[in-house]
Amino acid sequence: MTAITLTSLTKRYGTITAVDDVDLTLPDGEITALLGPSGCGKTTTLKLIGGLLTPTAGTVAFDGIDQRDVRAEHRGAVMVFQDHLLFPYLSVGDNVAFGLRMRGVGARQRRRQAEEMLARVGLPDTADRHPDELSGGQRQRVALARALVVEPRVLLLDEPLASLDPHLRDGMRELILDIQREEQVTTVVVTHDQEEAAVLADRVAIMFDGRIAQVGTARELHDRPADAEVARFLGSPNLLPGVRSGRIVETAAGALEVPHGTAQDGPVLVTIRPEAIVVAPASGPNILAGRVRDARDLGARVQVTVAVGDTQLTLVTRPDALRALLPGSDVRIRLPADALWAMPAPDPAAELAFRQDVVEGVAPVDAGTRTQGAADADR
Amino acid sequence: MTATATPLPPAQPRRTATGRGRHLRDDTGRSWTARVVVTVVIAGILLPLVPLLLSSFARGYFHPQVVPETWSLRAWQIALGPGAATWSALVASVVVAGVVSLISLALGLPAGRALGLYRFRGRRVVEFLLLAPVLVPPIAIAIGLHGVFLRLGLTGSVTAVVLVHLVPVLPYVVLILAGAFANLDPAFEDQARSLGAGRLAVLWTVTLPSIAPGLVTAALFGFLVSWGQYALTLVIGGGRVVTLPILIFASASGGDTAVTSALALFATLPALAILLINAHAVRDRAAPLGGVR
Repeated sequence: MTAITLTSLTKRYGTITAVDDVDLTLPDGEITALLGPSGCGKTTTLKLIGGLLTPTAGTVAFDGIDQRDVRAEHRGAVMVFQDHLLFPYLSVGDNVAFGLRMRGVGARQRRRQAEEMLARVGLPDTADRHPDELSGGQRQRVALARALVVEPRVLLLDEPLASLDPHLRDGMRELILDIQREEQVTTVVVTHDQEEAAVLADRVAIMFDGRIAQVGTARELHDRPADAEVARFLGSPNLLPGVRSGRIVETAAGALEVPHGTAQDGPVLVTIRPEAIVVAPASGPNILAGRVRDARDLGARVQVTVAVGDTQLTLVTRPDALRALLPGSDVRIRLPADALWAMPAPDPAAELAFRQDVVEGVAPVDAGTRTQGAADADR
Repeated sequence: MTATATPLPPAQPRRTATGRGRHLRDDTGRSWTARVVVTVVIAGILLPLVPLLLSSFARGYFHPQVVPETWSLRAWQIALGPGAATWSALVASVVVAGVVSLISLALGLPAGRALGLYRFRGRRVVEFLLLAPVLVPPIAIAIGLHGVFLRLGLTGSVTAVVLVHLVPVLPYVVLILAGAFANLDPAFEDQARSLGAGRLAVLWTVTLPSIAPGLVTAALFGFLVSWGQYALTLVIGGGRVVTLPILIFASASGGDTAVTSALALFATLPALAILLINAHAVRDRAAPLGGVR
């Protein structure tokens, strides 16, 4: 049972700062996800926690005890790498028993514990096989078993699902959740996929450029992003620049009552989730008149793009509304005040840099569509 | 008819459990041209030994004869008889080559790791400089180092010979180990540490098994390069360290062709043995971690 505290944690390589002054508390027994684009420093942070890298500055503490002088092999923080890394010259059983061997457990006891753990990850009777004979999904399970068999204080998972085919991910995800629930081991998951983070983790810390941008539940990040970068990374399509004056934000689409978020008067950025926008309300505040640009039937729901003046808003609604939303038709939409969220307006230079990143394909616009290659580059 | 409940055999053919199937597949894929080339190379190595063999068993072996007219074991009796200088030369050769091989491994492991795993400024320059001792004629190195060793008072000792053998041996060992390390994914070492392996355990359980084929090759190569040194041993050893090559040259200048032939053949045996061991080791133990990528 271990709570992890990162204090001013920094890792520099020459002039490059991979992890930049990170303060983060990872509660005992919880799963925390480090979410961010490739190269944001999340894997570096994981290795710093595991002792595989030495911080340039700052500390990693387990239960309040500084781990500065505790080497990786004594921390009890076991890392599971993205591409399983099973030792090819050892059998599956010997791979699982590796950590026990390092702890001086006798051969017979090792064998028994390895077999038990293999059974728990759904691979009974594979101890005598060679890793080459297993599928990618099975190897990932063996790697998990190898980490769990030593009863780690902390489990560090680097993109545990990224190397798996989509149809294998659900099984692995369930396995991780089941085992974590039973063992209550403090777990850190690194991922670039927001859905993975949401499903696996109790709390999500989102990272950009080595810094923690926001920490919260997936729901909090989703509904109340700290800034434009977080909102964009989480795939929010509706970002309206405006100027706040009291409760009202004046945007290009019209004046909106925005009770939540940044309260200071002046330039702000307003966001709303597509599913919160209401179509054709009878009356009420925050109603905008627009024209349907596009309506896409996604099966379970319909995604509609509405132009209000020069501003485009994306909303999601039920399929039965599709008939009333033909492209070109006029539509009234309401942006419920409670669903609107004001953020500090991004500074123009950062905004320009971000746009260029998008053009060059560096920063993801939608985390859900990101490719495996980008995740690999993160290592 | 009701459907029978006979289970179907597995659709996919099972892979062999030993992993040796791969080698078998390689054999079947080997073309006859490759076989011819290998045969020619082996013949090129072994054929020159045939006249030596004939000469060593001859009692007089003169120009137009293809095969000696009279045979004798005299040369072998002189070469390998009890109290022959051969035995002490063998000990000297084995000690020098063995120690040289071990020291070159100890120095070559970190150097090979740096060259094989990391990119750094000036890597190409280091690689080139490593080859320099191989490019320069050994006699030039020997004479140059002789002066240095004289001043250090080292000449004529086994230590001096070992040190000077490292000059031609280290480049080979470092370059072979660099190639072996290029196949190692250092993430495996991180994984082992994370699972509780200390430094020595990582070296023993991950690093060495991963580079084992290269390690064996480097050790044997280091041994052989040292084994065959003549000029460096003669100059630095000052005639006091008598290894097999020194003995062979002395015998050759003494004019007894039969004994020289016997000695030369005797000195070749370890090399042939090592060649066979190496070929075997490289083929059967080729399981570097890099192979899984």
